Amino acid sequence: MSLVSDHPASAATPAGRLVDIFEGGLDAPICLTWELTYACNLACVHCLSSSGRRDPHELTTDECKAVIDEFERMQIFYVNIGGGEPTVRADFWELVDYATEHHVGVKFSTNGSRITTAVARRLADSDYVDVQISLDGATAATNDAVRGAGSYDTALAAMGRLAEAGFVGFKLSVVVTRHNIAQLDALKDLADRFGAQLRLTRLRPSGRGADVWDELHPTAAQQRVLYDWLVVHGEEVLTGDSFFHLAGYGEPLPGLNLCGAGRVVCLVDPVGDVYACPFAIHDQFLAGNVRSPGGFAEVWRNSDLFVELRRPQSAGACGTCGHYDACRGGCMAAKFFTGLPLDGPDPECVLGHGERTLADGGRPTPPKPSLDHSRPPRRSPVALLPARRPDRACNQSPVASFAPDLPAR
Amino acid sequence: MPPTPPAAVTERFDGSRPWALHPQVSLRPESFGALAYHFGTRRLSFLKSRTLLTVVESLAGHPTGHDACRAAGVTASELDSYERALDRLAESGMIRPREGS
Repeated sequence: MSLVSDHPASAATPAGRLVDIFEGGLDAPICLTWELTYACNLACVHCLSSSGRRDPHELTTDECKAVIDEFERMQIFYVNIGGGEPTVRADFWELVDYATEHHVGVKFSTNGSRITTAVARRLADSDYVDVQISLDGATAATNDAVRGAGSYDTALAAMGRLAEAGFVGFKLSVVVTRHNIAQLDALKDLADRFGAQLRLTRLRPSGRGADVWDELHPTAAQQRVLYDWLVVHGEEVLTGDSFFHLAGYGEPLPGLNLCGAGRVVCLVDPVGDVYACPFAIHDQFLAGNVRSPGGFAEVWRNSDLFVELRRPQSAGACGTCGHYDACRGGCMAAKFFTGLPLDGPDPECVLGHGERTLADGGRPTPPKPSLDHSRPPRRSPVALLPARRPDRACNQSPVASFAPDLPAR
Repeated sequence: MPPTPPAAVTERFDGSRPWALHPQVSLRPESFGALAYHFGTRRLSFLKSRTLLTVVESLAGHPTGHDACRAAGVTASELDSYERALDRLAESGMIRPREGS
């Protein structure tokens, strides 16, 4: 028996498999996503958090520091900071410094617009801060269709500054879509060229992603291409362990092959709301708020939602499928926001069960995100897609979110 | 200092030498053992027994790696599997040899 593992999926302990232990939840998350603001200078069509405008109730600097103190007490090794564009917060660097001084490492996601030469140097000098530059295509045409005009050049300029400053191994973070799946090799070459590491994550129908999922999510044939690519390159790229639904093709992919929502991961949004995962910003997955008595630790350990998620889950319609042990029924958020039952197949189930359910009208009214901080439509940021941004119930309201990641592997 | 790329120089575990936890590694006890996180390489490892956690935590206080194992209660028949585990940790830079003792 091996006593050390980087990959809990296959790792057995005297008490059982690590995945089984993880499904029961840990005292503290392995990894936590923290979105610092809903403000963003871009308006990506698939934004998980429907970001755009700052929410007036976002956590203050002092409140953020108190949250960091709590993360330190819980020995959360590092947080994935996102947004919105987190660097637009005036206190962003103050908070990053505060976190690292308190032994909470930081990995933050950015579109690169504020990675100046000076910032790049400072990041290269830090052991405890990692950067993810978001880019969704190997060409400007592919990327800008999703992330907005000019965003490709902005990201590449930031990568150039990081590389020049000597920052080795920052991340190039790509959401895999129908339009960039043919560019996987080119994206990897691009990352290599800048001394970066490629990180691929799954497109979720969350936030504004719900509006574009039908057009952007990989086709069944493309999923197979992606799986085969990951089997070959899985050890060289990061995935946020987000493709475990593909495990039904055969061998599990490296990483944690289970839904970690509320068990080993969660999301803290800009107003302090704690959700089960970064892809599930909806009242149904809201566990509590860090401002409430007991703070984050209380929500993590005792909230009704998280306690429920840690109980054995029903395999439902997937119970008779021989692949259930591998894919665990897929992604809760992907099911929820496509209107599929949580105890049934993932919409991208590799056996096609999800697709068939959707085709059979299994999607009466997919739930809408509870929150939306999108800026009012002005010019369409997307040429590629019909600007079908219908009136959302709360388009005027402040509030919604983005960003991912699982264990550092 | 930029993050250490995965291909950092590491050594095989030799139990007759003195070892220590890498100063950039944090350990968090868990029911199954512990999580180990290396801030330099940003790698996470899972230690799958509490005894292994004790060994790793106490390496720096013993003249050799084997001494740390014995003191933690690792039996002769278990030593092989613990050496393999420590070798994995040495390979990923979680633990490293220390000078003298």
